[in-house]
Amino acid sequence: MDLGPHAAFIWASYAAFAVVIGLLIGWTLFDGRRQANALADAERRGLKRRSAEAANDRRRA
Amino acid sequence: MSGFLSLLKRDLTLAVREGAALGTALGFYLVVVAMLPLGLGPDLKLLSRIAPGILWIALLLAALLSLPRLLEADHEDGSLEVMATAPLPLELAVAAKALAHWISTGIPLALAAPVLGLMLNLDIALAPALIATMLAGTPAISFLGSIGAALTLKARRGGLLIALLVLPLYIPTLIFGISALGFAGLGQDGFAASFLILSAISVASVAAAPIAAAAALRLQMS
Amino acid sequence: MQSLTQRLANPTRFMELSRTVLPWVAAGAALFIATAMYLVFFVAPPDYQQGETVKIMYIHVPSAWLAMMGYSIVAISSFGLLVFRHPLADVSAKAAAPIGAAFTLAALITGSLWGKPMWGTYWVWDARLTSMLILFFLYLGLIALRSSLEDESLAGKLTAVLALVGVAILPVIKFSVDWWNTLHQPSTGFTSTVDPSMRTPLLIAAVGFTLLFVALHLKAMQTEIVRRRVKTMRLAQVERDERLFSAGAE
Repeated sequence: MDLGPHAAFIWASYAAFAVVIGLLIGWTLFDGRRQANALADAERRGLKRRSAEAANDRRRA
Repeated sequence: MSGFLSLLKRDLTLAVREGAALGTALGFYLVVVAMLPLGLGPDLKLLSRIAPGILWIALLLAALLSLPRLLEADHEDGSLEVMATAPLPLELAVAAKALAHWISTGIPLALAAPVLGLMLNLDIALAPALIATMLAGTPAISFLGSIGAALTLKARRGGLLIALLVLPLYIPTLIFGISALGFAGLGQDGFAASFLILSAISVASVAAAPIAAAAALRLQMS
Repeated sequence: MQSLTQRLANPTRFMELSRTVLPWVAAGAALFIATAMYLVFFVAPPDYQQGETVKIMYIHVPSAWLAMMGYSIVAISSFGLLVFRHPLADVSAKAAAPIGAAFTLAALITGSLWGKPMWGTYWVWDARLTSMLILFFLYLGLIALRSSLEDESLAGKLTAVLALVGVAILPVIKFSVDWWNTLHQPSTGFTSTVDPSMRTPLLIAAVGFTLLFVALHLKAMQTEIVRRRVKTMRLAQVERDERLFSAGAE
């Protein structure tokens, strides 16, 4: 594809654009996954503590 | 009205007593203006051409240095809380403090500019225009700066953060200040237009900035 | 009859709705962007004056438009937070700022690379690029202020104040930059009339990238809601531990 004498600039802009927006998309998805994992982890631990606390209360009662 | 005036008087008295603050700002202004030829070379014609720009930008930076102090001391000793609950509206209290800042820091810096301009081979004929534009523009610097001071009261790295937040707000003042000087140098009519816009920006800042600054302060006091 | 914003005020409801909507928005974005790219590289003609470098326009103009749209979203969300105390307003503002900043950066880089073949230098202080640079500073200020405050609720509200101050000053800045530009530079001849054969791909690209922005914004809002939920849960757990500890110590 002949993009004329300034082809390098055209490719460079599209590449830079792809990098910036690619990083943006990548970070958004990565952060999403990270928080979803944190939620799953917290739910697991939250439930465990609730049942442990309930067991504790039963023991003391 | 008396509350406003007494607060203004109190801040001015404090500023006079702590002369070091103004001294530091003036000293910084001097050092920056002196360093620029060292960085750019002693070509007098070049320096003369860019002197207005250098003097304005260095003044902005010197003013930025003094901004955190606008609200810091009162925040630390609890006076801000008193001001928030006092009969005088917080907006007027902030306006009094910004006005005190302009009188104690802005005006001296503006008056120092032509003197420092000598180091830059500033055309002496421009001196009156220089003082006039700076006196017209520095109220905007104090009042817009008060917004930055209010927002960064509890922030980490407050000093650097103020610069990032407030310098974009200064751009219109800078542009019209320099524009007015440019027209003054050429003896053209454009001076009046630029000067009027510069003054309008300052007036608008004086009117509107205290509202934003007071809102920011109220959010941080509960 | 509830308005859309009222119905979306509940975070759980928002999560449900956005989970349904998001895949469609993302798919739409991909479709429009792919179509636009095909048209740009295989159909659209070169410009009479600029030759093929006009192809940069198809990513620069949408980026610039999204830079401004992003700030509008931040400003509207900030207004919603301070005036209406809408529960999701802060989430929306926080999510939109980095996305808007990224598109501003893309606009600056593509603008610079477009400028070199057109005007001969990588950076030109023309009114449009300069305004875009200042907009970038405003975005940086928002992000920096929010990250410098530990109290998240306070950070959201102060950032909202800053955003509204920025919106108020933006027309003044634009006016002053235009003024400054006419003083120092003759008109750069930025052709604002776009040939119809180029208008369609540009429009399709603009729609595609806008849909991408919306998709990213929704996703970032979801992530922020989850992050806050996790934080609340961890805080509750710490409080529970403290209660157990003090109860056991008796």
